[in-house]
Amino acid sequence: MSDPLLKIENLHVAVEGKQILRGLNLVVRPGEIHAIMGPNGSGKSTLSNALMGHPNYQVTDGAVTYKGQEIQEWPADERARQGIFLAFQYPTAIPGVSLGNFLLAAVRNVRGAANVKPLEFRKELMACMKDLGIRQDFAGRYVNEGFSGGEKKRVEILQMAMLKPSLAILDETDSGLDIDALRIVAEGVNRQVTPEMGVLVITHYQRLLDYIKPHFVHVLVAGRIVQSGGPELALELEARGYDELLRTHGADAAPVVAGA
Amino acid sequence: MADASTEAAIVQQIRSDYQYGFSDAEDYVFKSGKGLTRELIMEISRIKQEPEWMLEIRLKAFEVFKSKPMPTWGADLSGIDFDDIHYYVRPSEKAETDWDDVPEYIKNTFDRLGIPEAERKFLAGVSAQYESEVVYHSIREDLEKLGVIFLDMDGALRQFPEIVRQYFGTVIPMADNKFAALNTAVWSGGSFIYVPEGVKVDIPLQAYFRINAQSMGQFERTLIITAPGSFVHYIEGCTAPVYSKDSLHAAVVELIALEGSKIRYTTIQNWSNNVYNLVTKRAKAFRNAAVEWIDGNLGSKITMKYPAIFLMEEGARGEVLSIAFAGKGQHQDAGAKMVHLAPHTSSTVLSKSISKDGGRASYRGLVKVLPKAEKIRSNVRCDALILDPESRSDTYPTMDIGNQDVHIGHEATVSKVGDEQVFYLMSRGLSEDDAITMIVNGFFEPFTKELPLEYAVELNRLIKLEMEGSVG
Ligand SMILES: Nc1ncnc2c1ncn2[C@@H]1O[C@H](COP(=O)(O)OP(=O)(O)O)[C@@H](O)[C@H]1O
Ligand SMILES: [Mg+2]
Repeated sequence: MSDPLLKIENLHVAVEGKQILRGLNLVVRPGEIHAIMGPNGSGKSTLSNALMGHPNYQVTDGAVTYKGQEIQEWPADERARQGIFLAFQYPTAIPGVSLGNFLLAAVRNVRGAANVKPLEFRKELMACMKDLGIRQDFAGRYVNEGFSGGEKKRVEILQMAMLKPSLAILDETDSGLDIDALRIVAEGVNRQVTPEMGVLVITHYQRLLDYIKPHFVHVLVAGRIVQSGGPELALELEARGYDELLRTHGADAAPVVAGA
Repeated sequence: MADASTEAAIVQQIRSDYQYGFSDAEDYVFKSGKGLTRELIMEISRIKQEPEWMLEIRLKAFEVFKSKPMPTWGADLSGIDFDDIHYYVRPSEKAETDWDDVPEYIKNTFDRLGIPEAERKFLAGVSAQYESEVVYHSIREDLEKLGVIFLDMDGALRQFPEIVRQYFGTVIPMADNKFAALNTAVWSGGSFIYVPEGVKVDIPLQAYFRINAQSMGQFERTLIITAPGSFVHYIEGCTAPVYSKDSLHAAVVELIALEGSKIRYTTIQNWSNNVYNLVTKRAKAFRNAAVEWIDGNLGSKITMKYPAIFLMEEGARGEVLSIAFAGKGQHQDAGAKMVHLAPHTSSTVLSKSISKDGGRASYRGLVKVLPKAEKIRSNVRCDALILDPESRSDTYPTMDIGNQDVHIGHEATVSKVGDEQVFYLMSRGLSEDDAITMIVNGFFEPFTKELPLEYAVELNRLIKLEMEGSVG
């Protein structure tokens, strides 16, 4: 077996003093697609933000190793430069900054300014936008400002296409997309997946997984992975719902070892 | 108190942060001693060989200046010592029209500031003022043939005394405020522009103002008149060296937009942090005319500037679009005044300010509607971005609405750079500093996008320097 791309051990994360992740373990190897499913509030976005290095998400215990290195001390920009990418559940608007200029700055930082020629960048950007069904004039629009939910999600995947990460975390990329958009976005992701790359697909619903086929499915409840399996687990969950899992594993069910 | 050596070190430090902070050795035709007297005003008028009526205006204004108390309603001006200023410095005998004739050291300065290069590339005319006098001016030949006049104000007074006499002080009377009176008494240099009927000047005319001497007072006087149906875009830029003593810049700018004409007046001010910048700018817009003040305030120690538009007749439109960047030790007290004197006039104000490292940005604005001015529209919006807890922003809007049948909107926002925005940009590989600079540039974008490309690039670069200047 190849070395893990990402190894999460006993991860505990708190937000504003509130413990959200409570001992999460996960290993992602190159070429693997892992789906993380779970009810609202179970900590999926907390995991995404913590992996990307959001300063408000404190790792109170455990460790995250990426390509063999402990990344606890890396700020978000360092993680991005090292190939970690997060497609946000709720992308933030940056008024006055055009998507084109923003992406040029991003690509320059991630690939190195010397490796990015403005003309080639532009060609690449236009091609990627076309693939994702994003109109060309979006390059001149301000980042996420006034974008519909679906447009934001497409633009997140556009950024992924331009930044070519080694580890992609897609946080509910399917929410807000109609079925056609879902297919286009999923195809966009599938085109980008390489045998060296790892993908974490975070979703509430099973339907995205019809398009992006995971190798492994994990169920996150109350800050822990309570069940793992193959793709069939997603279908089971869809049929069963989360209620039973919540009863057995929810925050109210099991006694929580405070701060552990 | 700081001793001389630490003061020198501080000046040195500021110099290295502010790239226009270099200075030239002085080699002047005339430099007045410090302080302002009746005799000096007469001397200035004599050197300039002015008509008697102008000297009379000057002397009268001097009395008004002396009689008016220092304004205390705005920024703190108690640091100004009127006796510690050189009021008139004449660097050369005349305004040249050929760069080769400009004194070598002055030419070098303007070369360093990129002026002749800009003229070649994208300007229809240039005027360069050094200390009290315009040392160079030029205008594209075809425009001159069409009757466009672009001169230094002194030259205009010599060549077109009747036009100057007709309009001088009609928009801003000498008694308007203490600094307008001071300017009227000692004015020197500035631009005079006249655009004949129907002529549209397709690319901008630019003036550049440079202060070089220590404790200098610069009092340029600008007058722009657009005849019916004409258009001009005028751009001014300004810089000064860094000294431990303060300089004073008190300009007066009068614009007259006649029927159906349009004036756009763009300022990119980047004074060093030892300049008091107290400028009176006002326009009159007549029937269906439009005036736009695009006002960028970076640098200076204190700026007090409220570009005004008097909407004189039906259909007149006024717009002020301004930004202010208040860094360490700076107070930008800027705003706009819109006076609706006629029905069916409209005004828009968009003011954006950033304060940082203890800097203070204030918006001070007035919308006044006369009783007979029905069906006017006015919209004012001020956005302030505060970058750290030491910095400050205030708004002082005044509304004086004399008619009920009007559409008036006012909105003010104060915000901080959002953590989520910074994180979003950092998650795409930008450093924290680059992320904040990008957010700041985006905040100013509604202003920047109104500038010609070269100036937009320059402004973004200046903002980046301001952002870096503070780190550590
Ligand atoms: N920035 C935050 N501030 C306060 N509470 C938060 C924050 N982010 C997440 N939480 C809380 O953490 C819990 C998990 O949220 P989240 O990770 O967003 O769940 P999911 O993505 O699985 O729906 C929720 O109770 C939520 O309210
Ligand atoms: Mg979520």
